[in-house]
Amino acid sequence: MTWRQRLLPWWLAGPALAWLLLFFAIPLINQLSVSLMTGNSEVGYDLTWSFSVYGDAISTYGDQFVRSVLYAGAATIIDLVIAFPLAYFIAYKAGRWRPFWLLMVVMPFFVSQVMRTASWKLMINDSGPLVDALRGIGVLGADGRLDATAGAVILGISYNFLPFMVLPLYAALERIDRRLIEAATDLHASRLTAFRKVTLPLALPGVFAGSLLVFIPATGDFINAAILGSPNNLMIGNVVQSKFLTVLDYPTAAALSFLLMGAILILIAIFGRVLGTRTLTEAAS
Amino acid sequence: MATATSTVTSAADPGPPAKGPREPGAARAWALGLWSTLAVLFLLAPIAFMVVFGFNDNQGRFNVDWQGFTLKHWGDAFDNGDLTNALKNSLTIAVLSTIGATTLGTFLALALGRYRFRGKTATELFVFLPMATPEVVMGASLLAMFLVIGINTGYGTILIAHIMFSISYVVVTVRSRLQGMDPHIEEASRDLGAGEVTTFLRVTLPMILPGVLSAAVLAFALSIDDYAVTSFNNGQTTTLPLYIFGAARQGVPPTVNVLSTILLLTVLLLMLVNVLLQRRLAKRDRGSA
Repeated sequence: MTWRQRLLPWWLAGPALAWLLLFFAIPLINQLSVSLMTGNSEVGYDLTWSFSVYGDAISTYGDQFVRSVLYAGAATIIDLVIAFPLAYFIAYKAGRWRPFWLLMVVMPFFVSQVMRTASWKLMINDSGPLVDALRGIGVLGADGRLDATAGAVILGISYNFLPFMVLPLYAALERIDRRLIEAATDLHASRLTAFRKVTLPLALPGVFAGSLLVFIPATGDFINAAILGSPNNLMIGNVVQSKFLTVLDYPTAAALSFLLMGAILILIAIFGRVLGTRTLTEAAS
Repeated sequence: MATATSTVTSAADPGPPAKGPREPGAARAWALGLWSTLAVLFLLAPIAFMVVFGFNDNQGRFNVDWQGFTLKHWGDAFDNGDLTNALKNSLTIAVLSTIGATTLGTFLALALGRYRFRGKTATELFVFLPMATPEVVMGASLLAMFLVIGINTGYGTILIAHIMFSISYVVVTVRSRLQGMDPHIEEASRDLGAGEVTTFLRVTLPMILPGVLSAAVLAFALSIDDYAVTSFNNGQTTTLPLYIFGAARQGVPPTVNVLSTILLLTVLLLMLVNVLLQRRLAKRDRGSA
């Protein structure tokens, strides 16, 4: 092998890797050093290695952290409940209409996420028909509302990330060799037992993949809380954004984003340990 | 591939077990269909709302009660200077970002899919990382770096950010197409005396083209829809998602509904073209095989 050939993959990979290094990796490392600085926007910031900012961030914004995890967790479970039967239906029952159903699932991607969330904002408006109807049937009290509640934020997050749950579930179910299910029923397993002992375990990688694809971006999400929530529903993403863009408290913002990323990476590592990284990278595609 | 799966499915379809009663099965299938229909209606609801209320003859700020049909917002669609400007920025950034990310990502995918080299596993992990990073973290860190080195944020920095977060998705998409490809065809081309460049242009590229096109569509969609990362790096430049976000709290003007509807129709049209193109390519593949 000549030098030229040996270097070829690096020539191919080089430009993209350089781009990711310059605009993804180096900013993250820089962010880490920013989080250890002290100062303010008037006098500037100095690197003082003050790790206390992490402790302060946790104690000050613990509520928002817990809320982010709770909202994202609730949305993940709701999406799982909505998506599993849908994915099952598309994989096994939709027949030649399968591409049509899949198109319906990805349709939301063709409208800006902010626009869809703004639509929800209007649909759950206090004077809108949806709230009227829910008040009419007594689900909401006479002056109960949806807008600016925790429920609205969870609704928005569940809605926005639902396709990310459906697609990996569908891929996992579609891959299952149906002769295995047939074998189970031939061996006198009831349909429920066959589902529980064959279909579900084989679909599990899809369940994990979908849960990660919903949970990770949902934890860091701030669009839904900003548009659909009240100041009592702010998530950690909202805090990072306002610290960075409005309050100009860069060290705290940087520390918060690292805590968020750290929590997520630990979660991925646990998943990776359980499932192997292959499933994980496949899930991403 | 879809046809192969459906034959397997129909062959393996067990039908009703021996003399089992059909009724519970039918009820179950019916419930499943109903659930799926409701789930899809849920997915489509805000989109339908958006399209319909682009035709609403609304009075006042909030476009929420139906007050009669009008086409006036379609006539005014391009009259709002700020909005049109935001749309123009979104579209040009999406096109440039798609070209940049697709080119960079495709070459990286080729390196990963076709060669063994030291540091390949590390490279794979590194490429995966941006997809696992929350957007707010990526956006904030990028802004922090631009602040430190004193670069003014604006159109250029939005473009840099969009290319950055799209590359990984392009790599994953193109690579999955490469995996289904026989590397011997490229070897044959080289054995027959074609150089690396000729082999790439005449053999590899035509074969991975469907994957590259899908990757480009994905990169375009990611760019035009992005709010989170852009909101950190936009400076004085406004894109469509930023404009809508700004308007969302006070009530989105109906012309935004109209423009979003136009964009939706355009994307659906492009998808149709892509499907037809893929079909033609597949037919050609089968013809030459």
